[in-house]
Amino acid sequence: MSSPTAARARTTQQKVAAGLVRRYRAERRFRAYGMAAVTIGIVFVGFLFWTIIAKGYTAFAQTFVALDVEYSAEVIDPAGTRSREDLETADYAALIKASLRQKFPEVTEHSELRKLYGLVSSAGEVTLRDRVLANPKLIGQRERVWLLAKDQVDMLVKGQVDRALPEEQRNIDNQTIGWVDRLRAEHRVEKQFNRRFFTGGDSRDPEQAGVGGAIAGSFLTLVITLLLSFPIGVAAAVYLEEFAPQNRLTDLIEVNINNLAAVPSIVFGLLGLAMFIQFFGLPRSAPLVGGLVLTLMTLPTIIITSRAALKAVPPSIREAALGMGASSVQTVTHHVLPMAVPGMLTGAIIGMARALGESAPLLMIGMVAFIVDIPQGFTSAATVLPVQVYLWASSPERAFVERTSGAIMVLLAFLLVMNAAAVFLRSRFERRW
Amino acid sequence: MQTSTIVIAILVLGTIAYRLGRRRSLAVAGGPRGIKNLHSLPGYYGLLTAIWCALPALGVLGAWHFVDQRVIADAVLSHMPGGAQQLPADQKGLLLNDIRNVVQGNVAASNASPAIQAAAGEWQRLDGLSRIAGGVLALCVGLLGATLVWRRIAPGLRARNRVEWIVELNLLLCSMVAILTTIGIVISVLYEALQFFRMVPITDFLFGTKWSPQMAIRADQVGSSGAFGAVPLFTGTLLISLIAMVIAVPVGLFSAIYLAEYADRRVRAVAKPLIELLAGVPTVVYGFFAALTIGPMLRAFGLTLGLSVASESALAAGLVMGIMIIPFVSSLADDMITAVPQSLRDGAYALGATRSETIRQVVLPAALPGIAGGVLLAVSRAIGETMIVVMAAGLSANLTANPLQAVTTVTVQIVTLLVGDQEFNSPKTLAAFALGLVLFVATLILNIVALQIVRRYREQYE
Repeated sequence: MSSPTAARARTTQQKVAAGLVRRYRAERRFRAYGMAAVTIGIVFVGFLFWTIIAKGYTAFAQTFVALDVEYSAEVIDPAGTRSREDLETADYAALIKASLRQKFPEVTEHSELRKLYGLVSSAGEVTLRDRVLANPKLIGQRERVWLLAKDQVDMLVKGQVDRALPEEQRNIDNQTIGWVDRLRAEHRVEKQFNRRFFTGGDSRDPEQAGVGGAIAGSFLTLVITLLLSFPIGVAAAVYLEEFAPQNRLTDLIEVNINNLAAVPSIVFGLLGLAMFIQFFGLPRSAPLVGGLVLTLMTLPTIIITSRAALKAVPPSIREAALGMGASSVQTVTHHVLPMAVPGMLTGAIIGMARALGESAPLLMIGMVAFIVDIPQGFTSAATVLPVQVYLWASSPERAFVERTSGAIMVLLAFLLVMNAAAVFLRSRFERRW
Repeated sequence: MQTSTIVIAILVLGTIAYRLGRRRSLAVAGGPRGIKNLHSLPGYYGLLTAIWCALPALGVLGAWHFVDQRVIADAVLSHMPGGAQQLPADQKGLLLNDIRNVVQGNVAASNASPAIQAAAGEWQRLDGLSRIAGGVLALCVGLLGATLVWRRIAPGLRARNRVEWIVELNLLLCSMVAILTTIGIVISVLYEALQFFRMVPITDFLFGTKWSPQMAIRADQVGSSGAFGAVPLFTGTLLISLIAMVIAVPVGLFSAIYLAEYADRRVRAVAKPLIELLAGVPTVVYGFFAALTIGPMLRAFGLTLGLSVASESALAAGLVMGIMIIPFVSSLADDMITAVPQSLRDGAYALGATRSETIRQVVLPAALPGIAGGVLLAVSRAIGETMIVVMAAGLSANLTANPLQAVTTVTVQIVTLLVGDQEFNSPKTLAAFALGLVLFVATLILNIVALQIVRRYREQYE
């Protein structure tokens, strides 16, 4: 009776069935694309972290050489005064040279001696001086001291020199390798924990360079950033969420905040250079100026997250407070703000983490200088961790590669701690109504 | 007297003013029992007194310090022998720099000439005087403000309303910082850029194809005439951004689709934060990765294929920049896809569409404006990204579309022109600001368009 419809139904069904294989194949293919994209993303993450850790973990240990140093009185204090000034200015390098000559008496030629002296870093002199100053009785005695080795020796001991290469393609020659091997056979070479890497300032000698100065600079810069951006950001967010009337000015402010959040960071550097340094005459390379620039840069982030935190406070809280006769300022300061503070703190930490990793605007305001001293105040010349990474990355010495990766690991560790704190704050204090 | 000591003194004075104002309000109201006669709570009278004490004092102190360095510099110069006051501006600046270095102890006083030593001594004397004078003035202003308010305290004084008015005014001022920042950027970039365009015509800058910003130091020097045609920089920036987007858009989009539509909750909970880790890595780390890992890798790979890849190729920088932007694209696309109402998907499923057909023909078209906005924002980030290209893209301004060659970008040139010592009257330094202006305008247009699209899209489904 309804054979035409049945026939048509069959043909439709057949048509669908005929296409199904192709459609399911397309479905599987599409799904595979998605999976591939996620895998690629995760592989990139893994590869990035793996290369950095593989290159950088060796920076946390440093090679030391044990030498028998004779604190001969003729060299340290020929006049016999034992005064502090004489002890401080004595020629401790001569002591190291003497003990190296004693260890390798066969080396006599001038150019070879120079190479021999190059086994030990110039930091060794400071080590000896500090020991003598701490205990002047050492003068005239003999002692075995662990001294910091030069970066080439360090690279050799860490196995980063290919001994199979022809001599002229290595930056360490066969003779030096022979000396190091002899010292190693006598257990006079040892890798020790690299404390100087965390406490020391920058240096032209890779074996003496540390991130201590950069950490201090980053800390000072972030203190300024936090002190300025958190109060201003919260105040702006409170105004826009709680007080601002719907008018042109408010719209303008909102548009500005959203745009500033997407302005390239280097433009903030130009602003800092032209305004703070050229116009206001603030000192170059100072954490103060760095903090100001980073404040302007992180402010939009902090305002946007603080507004989200304020929005999450339910209107019933405000209505209850207003109903009890509180003024609008009282409602905000007594009730809304305390409830929004955890969310705002989370935003502030995330903003600080961004500021800590930022380097481009700081290059503009001169925080890229070579600074050996650890900065003491907000106006002394300083550099920050990411800029230190940039500086070391562009240094030609091979030993700086592991230093750079090590500094990156320190930087990432700080970022990890900050983000973990933000996640903890959010999960601990987040309230759902 | 240190500035910090003065600030602390002002704050202490403010605290005292608070107590005095509070006590005064209770006294005029007739003791604790008369509190009901007061318009506001006693604390508000205290706050009002404290605010009128501390705020003007801090304002005066700030204004003083803004002016005094210039006044001291002028005074020191006018005391110097040999008519230092009549020197041209740049020499005066150098002289002042020398004096300042001695004052701050950057240069040992014994190394400086006697005239500079004398000037430095004079500077220190005046500086000390000025600090004391500024501090005393600020404290006097604070005292004056506090006394004026204190004398006006009466039961009818609407202290709470006044305090709240000041609070709201300060909140408004804080939110104006965003506008001030924008104005500051525009002024500082535009002013220097206009000076540059006075030396180099704007058409030469925008349409010239030769970029070599080295200026002759001596007039008779050969080979460094200085050419400021920025076209190679623009094409270089676009080339690297294009490579980055070719990597980031498909990977970011597909991983967002997979995580939002296919992945079960456990996979999503692991994979999403892992990919977003990429967003938290500082750009300098990417730069290091591009320069020391990806660059040499590409070079070695190119050699096996018989291609010559520059050690600072556009490809390496673009590739790594693409990796950096993946999480940006994927999290934005994820937001947009999850914002598409479930009812649209249910309708498509009811018609017999498979999941991928639903996504391709229903969800993606619905989310497209939002995703397009997100991609535009990503492009603006790629154009403005600095550290990766500084470390991996090189400095040679080649006008080429070959990704295996080295190119340079706008941001790289800004950094190289400005890092180190600058003279603010040479076209070399000012060119950086002209490039900054171009960068700012380009990203601004992209951002405004993108934010508009995203906003309109959000409103569509709210």
